[in-house]
Amino acid sequence: MMFAAAALALLVALGLALARALLGPTVFDRALAANSIGTLAMMMLAVFGFLTGRPEFLDLAILYGLLNLVGTIAVLKFFRYGDLGDPGRPEAKP
Amino acid sequence: MSAALDIASWALLVAGGAFCMIGALGLVRLHSFFPRTHAASVIDSAGAGLLLAGLLLQAGWTLVAFKLVVIGLLIFFASPTATHALANAARERGVSFEAGEGEASSKR
Repeated sequence: MMFAAAALALLVALGLALARALLGPTVFDRALAANSIGTLAMMMLAVFGFLTGRPEFLDLAILYGLLNLVGTIAVLKFFRYGDLGDPGRPEAKP
Repeated sequence: MSAALDIASWALLVAGGAFCMIGALGLVRLHSFFPRTHAASVIDSAGAGLLLAGLLLQAGWTLVAFKLVVIGLLIFFASPTATHALANAARERGVSFEAGEGEASSKR
């Protein structure tokens, strides 16, 4: 029962983070909301795994966390340097 | 003994869920980008931490508990890295520090 309460709280938090992702004026607000949605989704997976008594969901949560990190860093690198170019470039293009 | 564990994990889960909601509400309500990164870090640290602690109490000394610890370590290392990259990119790309710059909140 308590897992259902935690899952409901996480659903509300996911909705609010999605609202920021849609509202966010700058692209970095959206990246921030995507990062928060990733963490909340990980928690949702873990709690849902306990709710339905299936421990495999924790592996999904770990994998999703890793993918979320890589995705956020890639998006940020693109918007920071203008392109996902060769890593050897010292300074940022304006 | 297990009743005490249930009560403790129940309290931790509810507190974790409450912190997740507070962080997400801060994410929406705050008016410019950099205060929002604070709200997002509330979700990562307090919300996820308490939730994982609550689940850990339920799992006891099993492989499930080890996976929960791995998730905690992943969040412990991944979210500061992502937040740093985010703030660095935002600062380089000229997101202003004054409040109210990104003014899109519907409540106004």
